[in-house]
Amino acid sequence: MANKIIPDPSKVREELIQKYPAKVAKKRSKSIVINDPEIIPEVQANVRTVPGIITQRGCSYAGCKGVVLGPTRDIVNIVHGPIGCSFYAWLTRRNQTKPETLMDENYIPYCFSTDMQEENIVFGGEKKLKQAIQEAYDLFHPKSIAVFSTCPVGLIGDDVHAASREMKEKFGDCNVFGFSCEGYRGVSQSAGHHIANNGVFKHMVGRDNTPSEGKFKLNLLGEYNIGGDAFEIERIFEKVGITLVASFSGNSTVRAIENSHTADLNVILCHRSINYMGDMMETKYGIPWMKVNFVGAESTAKSLRKIAEYFGDAELTAKVEAVIAEEMPKVKAVIDEIRPRTTGKTAMLFVGGSRAHHYQDLFNELGMTTVAAGYEFAHRDDYEGRNVLSSIKVDADSKNIEELKVLPDPELFNPRKSEAELEALREKGLEINGYEGMMKQMTNKSLVVDDLSHYESEKLIEIYKPDIFCAGIKEKYVVQKMGIPLKQLHSYDYGGPYTGFEGAINFYKDIDRMVNNPVWKMIKAPWEKAGNGKGASLAANYVTQ
Amino acid sequence: MLLRHTSTEVKEREGLTINPAKTCQPIGAMYAALGIHGCLPHSHGSQGCCSYHRSTLTRHYKEPVMAATSSFTEGASVFGGQANLLAAIDTIFSVYEPDIIAVHSTCLSETIGDDLQQITKKARDDGKIPEGKYVIYASTPSFIGSHVTGYANMVAGIAAQFAESTGEKKNQLNIIAGWMEPSDMREIKQLAKVMGINIVLFPDTSDVLDAPQTGKHIFYPKGGTTIAELKSIGDSLASLALGSISAEPAAIALEKKCKVPFETLDIPIGLSATDRFIMALSKSAGVAVPDEVTAERGRLVDVMGDMEQYLHGKRVALFGDPDQLLPLTEFLLDLNMKPVHIVSGTPGQRFEKQMRQLLDERSPETKFKSGTGADMFLLHQWMKNEPVDLLIGNTYGKYMARDEDIPFIRFGFPILDRIGHSYFPNVGYSGGLRLLEKILGVLMDRQDRDALEEKFELVM
Repeated sequence: MANKIIPDPSKVREELIQKYPAKVAKKRSKSIVINDPEIIPEVQANVRTVPGIITQRGCSYAGCKGVVLGPTRDIVNIVHGPIGCSFYAWLTRRNQTKPETLMDENYIPYCFSTDMQEENIVFGGEKKLKQAIQEAYDLFHPKSIAVFSTCPVGLIGDDVHAASREMKEKFGDCNVFGFSCEGYRGVSQSAGHHIANNGVFKHMVGRDNTPSEGKFKLNLLGEYNIGGDAFEIERIFEKVGITLVASFSGNSTVRAIENSHTADLNVILCHRSINYMGDMMETKYGIPWMKVNFVGAESTAKSLRKIAEYFGDAELTAKVEAVIAEEMPKVKAVIDEIRPRTTGKTAMLFVGGSRAHHYQDLFNELGMTTVAAGYEFAHRDDYEGRNVLSSIKVDADSKNIEELKVLPDPELFNPRKSEAELEALREKGLEINGYEGMMKQMTNKSLVVDDLSHYESEKLIEIYKPDIFCAGIKEKYVVQKMGIPLKQLHSYDYGGPYTGFEGAINFYKDIDRMVNNPVWKMIKAPWEKAGNGKGASLAANYVTQ
Repeated sequence: MLLRHTSTEVKEREGLTINPAKTCQPIGAMYAALGIHGCLPHSHGSQGCCSYHRSTLTRHYKEPVMAATSSFTEGASVFGGQANLLAAIDTIFSVYEPDIIAVHSTCLSETIGDDLQQITKKARDDGKIPEGKYVIYASTPSFIGSHVTGYANMVAGIAAQFAESTGEKKNQLNIIAGWMEPSDMREIKQLAKVMGINIVLFPDTSDVLDAPQTGKHIFYPKGGTTIAELKSIGDSLASLALGSISAEPAAIALEKKCKVPFETLDIPIGLSATDRFIMALSKSAGVAVPDEVTAERGRLVDVMGDMEQYLHGKRVALFGDPDQLLPLTEFLLDLNMKPVHIVSGTPGQRFEKQMRQLLDERSPETKFKSGTGADMFLLHQWMKNEPVDLLIGNTYGKYMARDEDIPFIRFGFPILDRIGHSYFPNVGYSGGLRLLEKILGVLMDRQDRDALEEKFELVM
């Protein structure tokens, strides 16, 4: 199929904001930019959504409990608030987990809440919270209990941290800690990620100093095992001989996270949700972090090579090459078969804080063009790269999120690489403590839109008529009603994994199935196509033998 | 085991709810508002509320669920959300052009004391509401009641804010839908049509949340009760409220405002509740029940009799919402089954009394709990102590059903992992037949699965 004609992006931008009231249009226009990978333009991001705009965004609590803390299986996560917040985050993010034995702790299928009632709002809810923590302890004797504040908690002044400390001291054998992740903090889930990073760093990392085994030890940061993504990465690591000390936080355990500071490298997948952790661990323990991407077969191979480069070990390098050589032919066989059916098609990705970037690699592998993309809750550095960090203005909403003051640990700080070694690695193209962002990789004149609104999404679809649209559940059936398949990149439409080599194969097959599904051609009834009764008469044809 | 930490020892809990059999008010308000034609629900709170409610309703219906939010930040939480709501109203009417915005509050806006009546009045006074357009509201604090309460509050708000009395009665009945599916609402309308009765059904999510694929996204789908219909409910002969928790508050509001008499009935699930509904319809409209309806009833009773051996004495655990549980329990008793454990997270003294009364008469040994402490963790413990043959409840029940290896029927809200509830009704005689088919299906599949080879039956 021939490449579609890509519309003039500056006209598209005008059309997207035309209908907005003047003030809204002015604000939105700064979040809609035309890409130039050579001279990356500034994108307005991580700013408030205009009230009344139908946004994809959620809240701080969702980012903290739902995204970062949710996937660790052996923490009892108690949501302090009215029932809804805990209910909606109950099993809906598909964080798969695999306890080693049938007896091992796994609280992921459970939903815990203090179910605050009116009297708790009026007279305070701390007493009920402590009672709930006690009951959870008595029933389950977990290693850890985490407490999450919802909107009313901050307003009525319940101190979840004091309550947690008190109960932790009382129990002696259970780590209890709280998060002030009220939904109104910040402008999106992103605030909650930061709050979660701070809490995990303060209350978990570094509690277990047992030296970890293995020659090449790393932590996987910002991988949440949706649809089994972490399982595939674990499989590959095991094959090449890399030891995964801890995952933050897909398929993870409390013990692993508490021991994570014994690793020698942090690799970051989802930069947005976990970069704080990378920075803090580097400062306190001397562990460098590196941006990698395991979405896409080529990207996986590239990331494995970068890891081998970091460790600088000939044996590891050889093993990595051997594994790539073993895995790639299977991938190639599938992509060669599928590519003729997907080449030249177009995609749009509006999702998350890193997925809209990473999944472009998979679409490239399919020969498809990403004509427009944007994040739901990212910051400028996720678009433009971390070199803009110093020029980002901290506004009132971000100022409310605590920045932990981290210092090198007097005993445990141990720089894994010298500054000179790190510089040498950077020169080889490793993104050490760095991230180039999404836009550098996107084509010239493609459209970048932050915090896409419902209205803009319908307009974009009308104008571009993409072959596939990637977003989340709220957008899924809107777009499909327009006759265009929508691939959910939060829940993967209950499929996956999409990471690594096997994940790439799954993704190719799913996209092929979706864009080429005959159902999209069956929308019009035959009578609608034939003018519905107008001028038509039944042709009384007999088949005569 | 998925729920490996659920022990058999039942301990009284005062602080901790585990695996709730309810959720919060605003989602009910959002659902109710979708049953008004040309209406955009609006969540006055943090973005997360709106996002969670839309996501849950979308997963349940596999349909677009449009709603807006006041997008509170810390500033709004400290200084009040008025500016956010006024800005939202302005933006919504410019960009999304609804006829109505239905605002509901959240725990956040309720805690800071935002007064929706005052803010919507200010919006009107400031000229932010275009001519012929409406902004209605309902107070739906998440820390009181449950999702069912939120539904009831929004439906009552709709009735109170739209109904007008012209002084001239209209030959029509109001049917106030308790929380039910679009398919159920369609069935109610069909039954009234067959009986030749003019009704206004509100809210009505049929043709909204079961919209056909046309190649276009219709922002305000064809269904939903219209403004003209809603204005006319004040002139109706009477109201039938289907559900004492989810529908009656609207009937009371209407009686207060426009003196429309009402009768509260159960949602017509199963034989007896449908019988009462048909009788009430016939009585209030003064029409005879047509043969078509009697025949439909006859088909349900016919199957009940023919298949009674597979139902008799079967032990059932159920969880869900009061207005569904009451007639469902009655139906199970009509089928000669044994409801042994019943749990609802929604509190309500009247419900408790009604359910107790039903159970005292027909199944005194049944364990029943509602409100505080009535969660699925407790239900599961009860099931472990006194096993059942069948579990009926929303999708979250599948974890218990799998662990205990018992047949499971999805019923209630939310159903996140199957389709059908939006297309095929549970109400009326045909709904009863569908429910019965489902019950028989899972029980008989189980018998087939577990039968010894020599006992495997061809004809059943």
